[in-house]
Amino acid sequence: MSLKTWAFKKSPWVYHVNVGACNNCDIEILDCLTPRFDIERFGMLLVPSPRHADVLLVTGIATRQAVPRLREVYEQTAKPCAVLCIGHCACSMGIFAPSYHAAGPPDKIIREIDPNAIIAYVPGCPPKPEAIILGAVKALSVV
Amino acid sequence: MNALSTALIYVVGVVGTAVVGLLSKWIDRKVSARIQWRVGPPWYQPVADIIKLLGKETIVPEAARKTGFLLAPLVGLAAVSVAAAILWAANIRPELDFVGDVIVVLYLLTIPAIAIIAGGAASGNPHGVVGASREMKTLLAYELPFVLAIICAIVAKDNSFKLGDLVTTNVVGGWAVAGSVIAFVIAIFCIQAKLGLPPFDMAEAETEIMGGVYVEYSGAALAVVQLTRAMMLATLPIFLVTVFWGGFSFQSWAILGSILKYVVILVVLILVKNTNPRVRIDHALKFFWFVLTPVAVLAVIMSLAGSSL
Repeated sequence: MSLKTWAFKKSPWVYHVNVGACNNCDIEILDCLTPRFDIERFGMLLVPSPRHADVLLVTGIATRQAVPRLREVYEQTAKPCAVLCIGHCACSMGIFAPSYHAAGPPDKIIREIDPNAIIAYVPGCPPKPEAIILGAVKALSVV
Repeated sequence: MNALSTALIYVVGVVGTAVVGLLSKWIDRKVSARIQWRVGPPWYQPVADIIKLLGKETIVPEAARKTGFLLAPLVGLAAVSVAAAILWAANIRPELDFVGDVIVVLYLLTIPAIAIIAGGAASGNPHGVVGASREMKTLLAYELPFVLAIICAIVAKDNSFKLGDLVTTNVVGGWAVAGSVIAFVIAIFCIQAKLGLPPFDMAEAETEIMGGVYVEYSGAALAVVQLTRAMMLATLPIFLVTVFWGGFSFQSWAILGSILKYVVILVVLILVKNTNPRVRIDHALKFFWFVLTPVAVLAVIMSLAGSSL
C-alpha cells in the first residue's frame, strides 16, 4: 500500500448531499458523529465544501430538481473521491421508483458523467449507523 | 561555522514549528473529542490529512484569479515560517536578536490573515468573498488590543524592542506585573481570534458560509492552508510565551517547564473554543474595540507607572 493510499484511507472527509431524502437517513448520518459511534476515530470529518471532500454521502431518490445539482456537486469534488449511496432511496429509489418526479437513482446519474466512479451502497430505511460505517469501510477497501 | 549553526537554528525552527503545529492540531482535536465524550482521532491524523490532500487534484475555479488564488496560501506559509524561525532563534540563542524584531514578528503574523483575505477574494465564490470581508473585519478588531498588549510587555521590560531582551528581562514592580498579567489575558483572547477558533471563527463559519475563505481550496492548496494554520497554532503560543512568560529553556529539566507553558496556553485556547458559540461579527468588533482595547490601554498605563517608579 502506497503512502498516498494509506493517507486516503486514514482521512476520508465526507460531504453530505441530500437529493430528495425524507431526512431519516440524514439523521442517521449525523448519528455517526455522536459520541456513541464517533467516526472521527477513523479520521472522518464532515466538511462544509465539496472541494474538501473525499467521500460524498448521497441520500434520497434524486428528484428531477436535484439531478443537475448532484451532477454539479460530483464535478466540483476533487478527485479521487468515492460515493456512498445511503438508504433504499439512494440505492434503488425504493417505493418512489414509479413516481413522476423521480429521475434517479443517484448512482445512475453519477455513472453517466463518470463511468469509473467508486460507488458503495448502504441499503436500509434508514440504515443503522453501524451499516453506514461498514459501507464506508468497504468503499475504502476498494480504493 | 557560526553562520552554519545560525542557519541550522532557523531550519530547526521552521521544521520544529511544523511538527509541533501538527501535534497541536491533534491535541486540539483529541481534547475537543474528550470534552464531547468521544474518543477522537489517532495521533498521526493531521499528518495523514496533509499527505492525503497533497495526493488530490487541485481545482482552480473558472471564476477565480489563478495567480492570486494559488499564491495566497504560499505567501501565508512563508510569512509564518519566517516568524517561527525568528522566534525559535530568540529562544535558543537570545543574542541572535536584532532591534525591532518584535515588530517584524507582529507584521509577519498578520500576513497569513491578509493572504487568506486575498485568496478568498480571488476565489470568485460569493461565500469566499463574504468570508474575506469578515476576516478583514476580524483582523481590524483584534489587531489593536493585540498590539497594545505587546506594547505593555515592552514597556514593562525596559522599553526593549528585542525578543532576546524580552526573554531574559524580568518584570519588577507590582503595577508592572499586574499590567503584564492583564495584557497576557488580552493577548490570549486576541490569538483566539487570530487563529480563527470559535467563538471568533466568523470568517469560516462552516454552517453558514461553507468554510468562507477556504470554500474553493482543494488538494495541495488546501494542504498548504492546513499546514499554515497548524504552524500558526504553534507560533502564536510560542510568541506569547516568549514575550510574556520568560521564553523557552532547552536545558535538561527546564524542557518540561517549557512544554508545560506551551500546553497550558494551548489547552486554554481549546477549552474556550469548545465552550463558546460563534459570536456575530459586530459583537466581536464591539468586544475587541470597546471592552478589550480600553482594558489594554489601562494595562499599558499600569506598566508605565510601574516601570517609571
